[in-house]
Amino acid sequence: MLDVVGAALANVLSGTHVLYMLLGVAVGLIVGILPGLGGIAGMSILLPFVYGMDTVSALALLIGLLAVVPTGDTFASILMGIPGSAASQATILDGFPMAKRGEAARALSAAFFSSMLGGLFGALVLTAFIVVARPIILAFSSAELFMLTVLGLGMVGVLSGSSLTKGLLSCALGLLLGMVGAAPATGEWRLVSGVEYLVDGLPLVVVALGLFAIPEIIDLLRRHGAIARVATLGSGWLRGIRDTLREWAVVLRCSGIGCLIGAMPGLGGSVADWMAYGHTVQLAKDKSQFGRGDVRGVLAPESANNAVAGGALVPTLLFGIPGSGSTAIFLGGMVLLGIQPGITLIETRLDLVYTIIWTLAIANVIGAGLCVAVSPAVARITTLPYAYVAPFMLMIIFFAAYQATTHWGDILALLAIGVLGLYMRRFGWPRPPLIVGFVLAPGAENYLYQAIQFHGWAWVLRPGVLIIAAITIASMWAGARYGRNTVDEGGESGRVRDKRPQLAFALVMVALFAYAVFDLLRWTFLAKTFPLAVAAASVAGALFVAGVIWRGPRSSAMVFDTEAAAADGASPLGRYFLWLAALLTASGLVGFVIGLTLFFAAFLHVEARAPLGRNALLTVSAVAFLAAMSHIFVLDFPRGVLQGLVEMPWPFR
Amino acid sequence: MRNRSLVGLSTALTGAALAVAAILPAPAGAADFGGKTIEFVVPFPTAGGSDVWARFFAPFLTEALPGKPTVVVKNVPGGGSITGTNQFVQRAKPDGLSILGTSGSTQLPYLLDDPRVRYELKDLIPVLVSPTGGVVYVNPELGAKDARDIPKLRGKKMKYGSQGPTSLDLVPVLAFEIMGLDVDPVFGLARGPARVAYERGESLIDYQTSSAYLRNVVPLIKIGKAVPLFSWGVLNDKGEFTRDPTFPDLPHFAEAYEMAYGKKPSGTAYEAYKAFVVAGFAAQKPIFLPKGTPQDVVDTYVQSLAKVVKTPSFKEKAGDELGEYEQAVGPAAREAMRVALTIDPQAKAWVKDWLTRRFNVKFEAK
Repeated sequence: MLDVVGAALANVLSGTHVLYMLLGVAVGLIVGILPGLGGIAGMSILLPFVYGMDTVSALALLIGLLAVVPTGDTFASILMGIPGSAASQATILDGFPMAKRGEAARALSAAFFSSMLGGLFGALVLTAFIVVARPIILAFSSAELFMLTVLGLGMVGVLSGSSLTKGLLSCALGLLLGMVGAAPATGEWRLVSGVEYLVDGLPLVVVALGLFAIPEIIDLLRRHGAIARVATLGSGWLRGIRDTLREWAVVLRCSGIGCLIGAMPGLGGSVADWMAYGHTVQLAKDKSQFGRGDVRGVLAPESANNAVAGGALVPTLLFGIPGSGSTAIFLGGMVLLGIQPGITLIETRLDLVYTIIWTLAIANVIGAGLCVAVSPAVARITTLPYAYVAPFMLMIIFFAAYQATTHWGDILALLAIGVLGLYMRRFGWPRPPLIVGFVLAPGAENYLYQAIQFHGWAWVLRPGVLIIAAITIASMWAGARYGRNTVDEGGESGRVRDKRPQLAFALVMVALFAYAVFDLLRWTFLAKTFPLAVAAASVAGALFVAGVIWRGPRSSAMVFDTEAAAADGASPLGRYFLWLAALLTASGLVGFVIGLTLFFAAFLHVEARAPLGRNALLTVSAVAFLAAMSHIFVLDFPRGVLQGLVEMPWPFR
Repeated sequence: MRNRSLVGLSTALTGAALAVAAILPAPAGAADFGGKTIEFVVPFPTAGGSDVWARFFAPFLTEALPGKPTVVVKNVPGGGSITGTNQFVQRAKPDGLSILGTSGSTQLPYLLDDPRVRYELKDLIPVLVSPTGGVVYVNPELGAKDARDIPKLRGKKMKYGSQGPTSLDLVPVLAFEIMGLDVDPVFGLARGPARVAYERGESLIDYQTSSAYLRNVVPLIKIGKAVPLFSWGVLNDKGEFTRDPTFPDLPHFAEAYEMAYGKKPSGTAYEAYKAFVVAGFAAQKPIFLPKGTPQDVVDTYVQSLAKVVKTPSFKEKAGDELGEYEQAVGPAAREAMRVALTIDPQAKAWVKDWLTRRFNVKFEAK
């Protein structure tokens, strides 16, 4: 076996293979850095070029990309508070506060270093287990997989901030959003209300961007400044590495979690960062700094999300079923190359397997190095006036969201979720539990249903189920043990004088849950039971919260409104809603490219007060960038009424 | 005088005709795509079976079409292929620069009158049809060695992982029912995860389409963890089922029925099964041109595709990708689609009624 390992290394490092790997790494870093685009988008971009390439070069290209997306996406998460891709959402919670207080360099170096270690750990696990993992993976039946989703949902406790009730309700809302669309068991259209777009469910990228990016962009705009309150990156490069080495146990455990989550088919690698984060908070003795810039909150998700790739490749190569979204596309690439994943691959083409592993390891190291190298340049964004940055961010986010299903619904959903996220942030409804619920919803429901169908109620007594249940209880107990955790966003609530706005929002929540109950009642048993249980309990919970806000003491953790304290010259929210509405209306009428051009020029003129020449230059280069992206990767823009009426020349189509 | 003017007139007419001929597109088989880009719309996500199939064809099409146009695969996923197909029918211009690759999953909701379907497949022009097959296999612990032992399986409760009641996976459930097997489908499992559920021992009976079967189930058979029972079979020129050329050693469904029960299958249920197995497998992946495409463009595609399927490098690679099936081109593709899209109203009504009875599926009036 060792000679195969050595030969594979030589093969990877020879000739053009390295160049293809570097190309993959470059594309991976770019899609990682651009908010909203991630491994799935990157893989789809490269796939068309793979056909006809020699096998090792093609594998190097694809794996090079797969390996580094979760390294590059850290930039947006730490520097801008926007998920660079679905894999780095949890990094925002502590990474962004660190950047705001001038510790961006420390946070980034800790992130890249732990990313690299996580990636190497993943490669190591893949090396050791690919030969023996088959029985282990087969031991996880639908029942054990359901319990793993329960373990994930158990993390909500420590992600809820000061109010567990609100956290649970937020998670419930996520679960329900995750179950919108055709029911897995019966195909009935739940919670769709006749909107055809919703039949396929909401795309994760749209929910994540709406929930985290839109509120952050608007919030930063309102403050009229740059992202960083301190105008330097800080000089913490070495400190970040020292942090990583000191917290080696966190890095190791979270890499393990990343591998495990990645290796479980159908669990979705995108929950690994939250699981790792939650786990780290649970085990930490001093939880006081989480959410305010604790470096462990950066190390945990970053080591986990790079380890996912190694884990996710195990079922991909062994069974031909993908462990994550991007490995699903990698699988298609393998089939195009004429490689048939499965037992035979491991038995007959071990050289290819080790080619993949070596590429994964080497790409992780190179990716981390490149990220460090480009950091000073990228980090300068945080010192620019945000009014210049915002239109670019909005452009990329809208474009990225639209690539989810290339349907106008993507854009509308992005805005709707964005508004929801904005008010959740304002009124202290924690958003991380919503994402955790959203990501785990399909797995939780589907696996529960399958466990009952396959095993009857005896599934609860399976040894694997009992073990995972014990781990779940132990970790929740550990999370509660050292007092209420404080992963809070939005800062201090201040003295709340007017409780009516938050009461209104709580009642909106009641209405949402009540609507879900109303919609679900008419479906068949299999389609409605799980979501109905969630929705019905949530109506009661949301009513309780509304009651506390209305009658309860002002000191209650549930009473929360950031606006009460924010009187420091922030512009009203409505102004930015109008801007978003303007972009939307313009795009709806004349298509995205023309609409965006108008929006860019107007926004830079009014909000940034940009001189005419600079304005024109920025607008033209933004649109040119977008056009180039669309041309190279054969991506579409949202069409407007105009495009339906007259044939437009590219890129205005 | 008269003669001269006639000559002059005819000369003028000939000249005009030549001039017109030079401007108008040339007749049959001479459409040229030089410097053009052809969009191959696939209403499925990247990397799925249909996507891989389309990407397999794309470079061969470039090579064979006159002028060597670039062929790009464009994925428009959603609604189990309904969204992208609707969009294609609505937007594609009949100029040969937009082609559509669908699958059985596009034909099934069409046949079942799904209200979301706004495409009339009979209006589109099929130029190629790729058939596929599938094999049903069971857990050896049930005691069956081949199709003759099917009666032994009767009365045994078997779980089966299925995508959903109205998906392509309805064909196997129908087949099991006709075979008299007590199979209980567990919904929500795509073919890959369904196979893994079988490997975990959660389900006892399963099927995979040809390429997945060769890749992942044949190794299981070798180590004694699966027993193949029968294939779906393929239709011959007379519309009769024959053995699948990819699995010449396996009986097809009707043959297996005869081995098990000593008589041929018959009745409305079997008629319904036949209609859906053709739509789902025998005519699984067609390439369509939009409605109203000029005949010369259609002819160009048919001639080019006929050339493609005869290319040695295509034949060599097709074995792995597409199975050992004859690719139907031109008239053969048209005939295959005609059979696939024609369903006896009685059989259709029976299937709908059966789906409602067994799985509580409600059909909205269109």
